[in-house]
Amino acid sequence: MTDAEIDLVFGALADSTRRSIIARVIVAEQSVSTLASQYLVSFAAIQKHVAVLERASLVRKQRRGREQIVHGNPETLARAARLLDSYEEIWRQRTQRIDAILAEEETHERN
Amino acid sequence: MPTITSEKNVDELTLTFTSHFDAPVDRVWQVWEDPRQLERWWGPPTYPATFERHDFVEGGKSLYYMTGPEGDKMWGWWMVTLVDAPHRLELDDGFANADGTPDNAIAPTHTTVTLEATEGGTRMTSHTQFETTEQLQQMIEMGMEEGMTLAIGQIDAILAE
Repeated sequence: MTDAEIDLVFGALADSTRRSIIARVIVAEQSVSTLASQYLVSFAAIQKHVAVLERASLVRKQRRGREQIVHGNPETLARAARLLDSYEEIWRQRTQRIDAILAEEETHERN
Repeated sequence: MPTITSEKNVDELTLTFTSHFDAPVDRVWQVWEDPRQLERWWGPPTYPATFERHDFVEGGKSLYYMTGPEGDKMWGWWMVTLVDAPHRLELDDGFANADGTPDNAIAPTHTTVTLEATEGGTRMTSHTQFETTEQLQQMIEMGMEEGMTLAIGQIDAILAE
């Protein structure tokens, strides 16, 4: 993933409506018009949001007859999951350091 | 070794981390309250944290920096939003500029920490809410040295044998 690609993903995820769209289409594909009916914004606004998500490879869009169908892209979402994994590792190591501090004192008390 | 479980929610961008320590709740609370103990674990050994300010009361602010191997410094701040000693604390954790002023380009994360007495120890739960993936990436970049640190720690342990 290049820096430019990372920027696109982060930019796309920085908006709550777009995060909400992803949450819906990852569960089941939806047409742009169905999506638009679920938000208090215009069809054009939803189309723009979908375009931003598509550029970031977070969703894929497909024409089916008159409908534009939006699917979630699990590979890109997996990257967000990996970021959470890294943060988890930071906490894991913090916990081990806390444990070492607590254990050290216990040793002092015993001596 | 502490027992650890964690729960990640990718859609919500949250991480809940639970660990168990063989020490009473009051003692575990001290590693948060006492800045000298806090700086021994908040940053990794290669980027140790120094808390210049640690006002551990509701509405209190903390200011810290982490010093890298090249002498480089990364600044961060806390705003303690809730203190219910020794069981619960909530804080916003953000980035700061070199002069210590908050860097508003990246939103702070909000973390809730709870300490519960268990048979023979304490269960500590930290729940962190990220606003955006970008913010999560920044947090990780700050902690990126951890992987390296782990490796160095292992070498140290071998050498010490």
